[in-house]
Parts: sequence; C-alpha cells; structure tokens
Amino acid sequence: MRKFISGNEAVVEGALIAGCRFFGGYPITPSSEIAGHLSTRLPQIGGKYIQMEDEIGSLAACIGASLCGEKVMTATSGPGLSLMLENVGMAIMAEVPCVIVDVQRGGPSTGLATKVGQGDVFQVRWGSHGGYPVIALAPSTIAETVEMTIEAFNLAEKYRVPVFLMTDKVIGHMREDVDLESFAGYPIINRKVAPPDGEFLPYRAENLTDVPPMSPYGGLHVVRASSTTHDQRGVPTPDPEKITFKNSRLYHKIQDKAGEICRWEADLMPGADSLVVSFGISARSGKQAVVEARASGMKVNFLKILTLWPFPEEAISEAARGVNKVVVPELNWGQVALEVERVLGADVNVIRVNKTDGTIICPEEIIQVLNDAAAS
Amino acid sequence: MSIFNYINEAKLPTFWCSGCGHGVIIKALADAFDQLELALNEIVVVTGIGCFGRSDDYFMTNALHTLHGRAIAYATGVKLANPELTVVALMGDGDAASIGGNHLIHAARRNLGILALCANNRNYGMTGGQYSPTSQFGDRSSTSRYGLPESSFDLSALVQAAGASFVARTTVFHYKNLVKYLKKGINKGGFAFVEVMEPCPTMYGKFNQLGSAGDMVQQIRDEVVPVSRWKPGSDKSPIGILCERDMQEYCRAYDDVIRKAGGFDGD
Ligand SMILES: Cc1ncc(C[n+]2csc(CCOP(=O)(O)OP(=O)(O)O)c2C)c(N)n1
Repeated sequence: MRKFISGNEAVVEGALIAGCRFFGGYPITPSSEIAGHLSTRLPQIGGKYIQMEDEIGSLAACIGASLCGEKVMTATSGPGLSLMLENVGMAIMAEVPCVIVDVQRGGPSTGLATKVGQGDVFQVRWGSHGGYPVIALAPSTIAETVEMTIEAFNLAEKYRVPVFLMTDKVIGHMREDVDLESFAGYPIINRKVAPPDGEFLPYRAENLTDVPPMSPYGGLHVVRASSTTHDQRGVPTPDPEKITFKNSRLYHKIQDKAGEICRWEADLMPGADSLVVSFGISARSGKQAVVEARASGMKVNFLKILTLWPFPEEAISEAARGVNKVVVPELNWGQVALEVERVLGADVNVIRVNKTDGTIICPEEIIQVLNDAAAS
Repeated sequence: MSIFNYINEAKLPTFWCSGCGHGVIIKALADAFDQLELALNEIVVVTGIGCFGRSDDYFMTNALHTLHGRAIAYATGVKLANPELTVVALMGDGDAASIGGNHLIHAARRNLGILALCANNRNYGMTGGQYSPTSQFGDRSSTSRYGLPESSFDLSALVQAAGASFVARTTVFHYKNLVKYLKKGINKGGFAFVEVMEPCPTMYGKFNQLGSAGDMVQQIRDEVVPVSRWKPGSDKSPIGILCERDMQEYCRAYDDVIRKAGGFDGD
C-alpha cells in the first residue's frame, strides 16, 4: 500500500515497525506531529505515551522505560535537544538503548521555530560532557526516514547507545509517497538478553567492543544501572584499571564499529575533479546540482551521508580520490565541512555553501559555486 | 526477618559522616521492605545525586542511580513501563525541592504510584553545605554566611497541594513511625511522599552552631508536633500523616487509555 506521508509520520511508522512501545516527550515545533500520532497509535497496541513536564524528564522517562525492556523514543528540536543533553550522557554511561529524533530548526536559541536548519550536527556528537561517541543518522527522503528510523532502533539495541535521528523542518513536514509494506520483512534487531542462569553482571564484558547483554527490571535478575562510572556489577569504582576499561569500551564499542555502522550513497564518475558532499535536506539539492552540472559537462562526484556519526571517513576519502575541490552545502556555518577538512587534510579545497536564513539551499546556488570554483 | 535481606552488609559502615541521618532512613526503608516481604527483583530503588544519592549502593534490590534531581523523572518511565514494580525514589532536599522540584510536583499531580522519599537535612551536604530550598530564613551555610535572605519550602504542603495521594512527615527520631509511613506509602497505590527531617551535623550543624548530632536530633524533635495537636500559625511543623486520599493511580488511568484505544484486544 503506497501512502503519501510526511517525514514526521514516516518516523512514527518506522518506530512502530521497529517495535517502539514507549514514547516520552514534550511538544516542540517542528517535531510535534510525532508526539501527536504516537499518543494515538501507541495505546492501540498496548504501548505507552507520556507527555512529561519538560525534555529533561522526557528522555529520563524513556531511559527508565528502556531499562524495563521496552524500545523507546523521544522527539524534539533544538531547544529541547539542549535540555536533553544531561540524559544523553546518562544513556551513554548506563548503556541504555534509546532513539532521539531531532527535527532540526534554525538556531541559535529559540531561533526559527518554523523554519529549517541543520545546525545540531556537532551538538549531538559533542553536546554531552565527556565527549563519548553516539550514533546519528540523517535521512533525506521520506522512504529513507522510515528506514533510518528502523535502523536507529536497531543500532540502539545492538550497541546499547542513544541513537539520534536527524531530520529537519522541511523533511518533517514535506510529503512523499512511500510503500510501507516494502518494510514488512525489514530485519529488526532486539537487544541481547542475559541467560537466565549463572551470575548476572549488568555490564559483563571481556573485550573493548563488547556490548553487555541486558536484563529488564522486574525480570529474573537484580539489575543495577548507574550514571556514576562503574565496574561490571554497576557499582561505582575508584579503580583506574576498571575506569579505563569502562570508558575505553564506551569509546571503542562504537568507534571501532564505524565500518559496520556507517551508511552513505555515493555516485562517482571517472575523472571527476570535484565532489559534492551533503546530508539530509541539503543532499537533495546537492544531488540535483550534480545532475545538472554533469549535463553541462562538469565531472563531479556526489556523496550523500546517511550516518553523520560515526563520521564516514572512508567514504569521504574514497569519493574525494583524485578530486581537488569539495563542495559541502549545509544549513549551518560549516559543521560537516569541518569534518570533511579533518578527513581530507590541507591538500583539498573544501568550499562551504552555508545558509542560516531559514530557507533551503537551491541546486542553482551549488551549481554557481561549482562554476566559480571551476573558473578560478 | 532482617534488614540484611535488603541491605548489603559487606558495604557497611556507610560512607556517610557520623551523626548523619541518611543511614537511619535507609535502615527504615529496608525494614519496610522486609515487613512487606517484597522480593529484591520487584523493587527498583531510584536515586539522584548527593550524599543521599549514594543510598542505592547499600541496597541489594534493583537500582537506578541517576542524575541530580532526576530520580522521579526516571522513576516515571520505570513505573509506567512496568506498573507491577515497587518503585522508590530517594532524594535529598536538593534533589527533590530545587533541581528536581518540577518532576516532584508533576509526579504528584499525575498520581504516579511510587514512593518518593525526601531526606531533608536542610542543605546540600555533598557539595559542602550550601543553602537549599529547605534552609530556613536567616540560616548560615557555606553560601549564606550573613544569614539566608530567602524563605524555605514547606515540601509536604507543596506535594499535598500538587495532588499526592499520601503525604507524611516525620523525623529520624521517630523511627517506628518512619517505617510505618514508608510501608503505607509503598502500599498506597498512588503518589506517596514521605519527608524525613534529619541532621547534617558536619555541614548544617557546623555553620549554624547547633552542637552535636545528638543535640541536633533533639532540636529536630522539639521543632515538630503531631499533626493532631498542630494549629495553623504554630511555629512548629506538623508530623504524621498529613494527607491520605483515594484517587485513581496514573498507570491504572493509562490502562483506561489503552482500553479505549483497543490496545488490550487480543490479550
Ligand atoms: C546538574 C548538577 N548540578 C549540580 C551538581 C552538584 N551537586 C551534587 S549533590 C548536590 C546537592 C545535594 O544536596 P541534597 O540533594 O540535599 O543531598 P545531600 O547531599 O544533602 O544528601 C549538588 C548541588 C550535580 N551533581 N549535578
């Protein structure tokens, strides 16, 4: 059955396909439709919706519910994301699967409540103190939004981390038709559950990339979860060796798996001398710009980033091979561009196409930059 | 019957200062669990951050050690996801009344079926004895050396006004009553709030020159009066069960939502 749905509705469909049974949230434009739909849909399948007193409480409640074994999600936009950050740290430290949808709007502060932005790329990665890795996905079509929402749940469950789904005001509200039935057989990952017998350790791990099996509150085991740096029993520890193991594992369980986690879409051509890299809504304009530039004889590669974090370093290097300029359109002052510069080094000219006026970047603006760069 | 069904004996003595009331309170809670014969895996002890926030270290039940002020917000998710669990949120007065005050009143308003316990030592013990929202006007603290120019919350009155099903205030001096209220609170099937007045001799006592821990406990006892003998305008605080009423618990009310939405069909 094909349905003509918005990005926010696509998030709802993806979440339900993935098995989401708990949503804790606080309304904010342009994400509110996600809460609205889930408040109706979740109780229809025995799930729970709660509107908390703020976004701090929203993510806290989600984490509590996840520890009872539920798949959980919250949805917000910049101002709410800012409030959630302390609990992002909790989800990282206590290793609690949860999905956080960030329907981005223009900032800073209250900013452009009803207009588009892509300025939260670094906030989701670096906003929580301590600087530990998370996963962030960025769809650019409505079908992709369904799929990436399912993926967000899968990755959260697999790695016991908070996973961000980064859309924006335009993707959230625009409509495209999607065949929801095509997701019927989509692989669903559930968290590993600890075996019933033997001693249960909530953070049992031997290797730095291990993800400990979980046991829900109210299940067979007594479970400890903690925001304080802890040993494998979940008990606070002052032992530098145990601290090193825990913190290294939080880092390596994600960073070492970047190859498995990262997704992108590359459209490369022989002899390309330039590359357009983008994500989310800006990637749609980037793609169109590349089609038109090629039609006028330019040799341009295109790379759409689907996994913002971990940053797809290898894909960027691969797409930039033999290229001397990289154009990065994004609705902020150059966040992905900074990452691209980090990956490619000083030899490549990274050209920013930035906009923060609440409108999207049009393909012509990118073509203009490609033309200017070719002429200089 | 023993509190050591619930308290990890190997962890004793506690890391709290001598004369601190926190140990008395967790003993009372373990006594309540024991008298109610609750299973370890049916209880979730949720804590915030502070001296009292370390309480979960001593319990052998499920534990969720969260962030400063957020114990109730986490407890909300736990309880709603699994209403069969006995969920207890343990908070200092900083946790409950300042940084977490919003969660406290909203959980009371929702009538979420948890026990929320506030260990009220009238200051932030952990961070060095700064004034808290339950410090009294004129109090000295590490951040009010000239005397506090703010008034304090009557926390129990606040939570009662916010809609709790059960509110009791007592002190660490009244141990038997404390255990009784904790048991009642756990069994209430609605939002239950127990405020426990206790000494912090190391910080609050030092800054206000209140003498030994024993002296402070006597002062705390003398500052309160059973609610049956309390009159409005009294300079003493009422102790006892301040509010007990029957209202639909939040998770039960949400069951009705699921029923109306058809979510129980096929069960
Ligand atoms: C967000 C945040 N702000 C501040 C702190 C520092 N802090 C830790 S405990 C505490 C106060 C604790 O006081 P209370 O809740 O009354 O408990 P007590 O230590 O007296 O038992 C503060 C301010 C923190 N951990 N987190």
